Amino acid sequence: MSTTTGGTPTTVAVSGAGGSRIGWALIDSWTMSRRELAHWARQPVQVVVGLAFPVMLLLMFNYLIGGGKGIQGDYAEFLVPGMFALTMVFGLDATMVAVTTDLNKGVIDRFRSMPMTNGAVLVGRSVADMLQSFASLIVMMGVGLAIGWRWHGSFAGVIGAVGLLMLLRFAMLWLGIYLAMVAGKPELVVAVQILVWPVGFLSNAFTVPQNMPDWLGAAVEWNPMSAAATAVRDLFGNDPGVTGTSWAADHAELLAVAWPLALVGVFLPLAVRRFGALSK
Amino acid sequence: MTDAIVVEGARKRYGEKRALDGLDLVAARGTVHGVLGPNGAGKTTAVRIMATLLRADEGRVEIAGYDAGRQAGEVRRRIGLLGQHAAVDEELSGHQNLEMFGRLYHLGGRRARVRAGELLDRFGLAETGRKAVKQYSGGMRRRLDLAASLITDPEVLFLDEPTTGLDPRGRAEVWDAVRSLVGAGTTVLLTTQYLEEADQLADRISLIDQGRVIAEGTADDLKARLGGDRIDVVVRDAAELVRAARLLPGAADDVTVDADRRLASTPVTDRMEALARVVRALQEEGIEAEDIAVRRPTLDEVFLRLTGRTEDQERMKEAV
Repeated sequence: MSTTTGGTPTTVAVSGAGGSRIGWALIDSWTMSRRELAHWARQPVQVVVGLAFPVMLLLMFNYLIGGGKGIQGDYAEFLVPGMFALTMVFGLDATMVAVTTDLNKGVIDRFRSMPMTNGAVLVGRSVADMLQSFASLIVMMGVGLAIGWRWHGSFAGVIGAVGLLMLLRFAMLWLGIYLAMVAGKPELVVAVQILVWPVGFLSNAFTVPQNMPDWLGAAVEWNPMSAAATAVRDLFGNDPGVTGTSWAADHAELLAVAWPLALVGVFLPLAVRRFGALSK
Repeated sequence: MTDAIVVEGARKRYGEKRALDGLDLVAARGTVHGVLGPNGAGKTTAVRIMATLLRADEGRVEIAGYDAGRQAGEVRRRIGLLGQHAAVDEELSGHQNLEMFGRLYHLGGRRARVRAGELLDRFGLAETGRKAVKQYSGGMRRRLDLAASLITDPEVLFLDEPTTGLDPRGRAEVWDAVRSLVGAGTTVLLTTQYLEEADQLADRISLIDQGRVIAEGTADDLKARLGGDRIDVVVRDAAELVRAARLLPGAADDVTVDADRRLASTPVTDRMEALARVVRALQEEGIEAEDIAVRRPTLDEVFLRLTGRTEDQERMKEAV
């Protein structure tokens, strides 16, 4: 190795107390976000596969698996907003895989041995995952429009719906970061990946709870994902023609906000604490 | 000037297991301090505590004059860490990695880029700088990892088993790099399982076992204490083994006999003279030797002498 040859190395002094803490926190977070974006640029195939997966599910449910019993009008009108919510919930999986992969590599140790803002690693993860899910949502809306879904509400309604979906994704983000740190190993993540499916499907994304046994229907209406799907349908003006009877179904908008906020309220501090406890 | 590394009575336990059990270690500035010990001795835990990745339960840990627990930020500005596993982002290129780390050391974008270029040049990675690290060979990864540890010219560099898993050429490259760094004034703490590596690089060596230092000194000190070189004699006829063992120089306690291999072994201080004497004595007594060799003590023998246990025995115990 030509360690001594090859030009005079500059002496590098690290800036000490200069610059405010918050300033550095923002800069570090941006650096970590850039890292995630650079991953995308290096793995375009993976990005495309990630975007295509929910599209595939949407097309499959719309054309291959009939779930539209008891739903008035076009099934796509009902299904597409539900799939938006499902896409956000499935983001949990992507977050967990990314976090466990990172934690099991030495690179986290390097970050932690550097004078950077501790939480920047987590902020970078959030920015990347939120951007990815936002892109995914835009693609899904495009495909939805192509298969006959329309929004009938106001523009403000559309913004509100997108906002609610991103809020749900934000909750899944912190749940995912926490679970990934608890699970630790990729093998355990697989267990959670499998469990995401029943949670995603025990919802009103594909069919109305009225088609299910009473006890199951009730559970489905309380699912955070159902609350989001119902609220989003409402904001897009996609009326399914049937309404639930439970308190949860009547207050879907409230729950669509309250559920994610509660999840973030619980899991964001837990995740941050867990990250800090890596030095225990 | 204070010492670069001061560790006093550091303890760390995981449940019932004591990973560090009162570790003491001092390294003067500009020296290489070797930490030698078998797997599970606490080497990695010690490095992680010194590099602020873990907090000690008890004890004093000062790096470059700052407390590794309470002043972790100050310590982090002054250290570099090369862990056992390549601590770089495999998906990114070498250049992207170094630039990212430079930014996180708060060099700013422009200086981070310049520095990345310099380090790639210096470690012979300039041509592969734009390739994803996952396409690198093991040795190249290690070099990139080392480059990343040197972005800020750290005062103290921690190398945790830097050559484990490398081929002889990769090992020699890392050794060269360490030597040139120390020449430039960096203090290096190096853990290793290889006696030879510590011998080659370290000014002083701490032998650790079960989370504490069991011997400390220069390589020569330790070798003298351990009996330095050894002479092995393999006799042709097993019946003559005991007679051959009696001919070997050194106190009777030091001579070991392995009947299965028909081998007698003893520590010697004056290697070639001792060898000549042993050969003569065997000839005079008419004992036929199949093999006679002078060799360095193995790590196993070091630990056998200092702890009364060998690594093989430990492994057996674990297996049982």
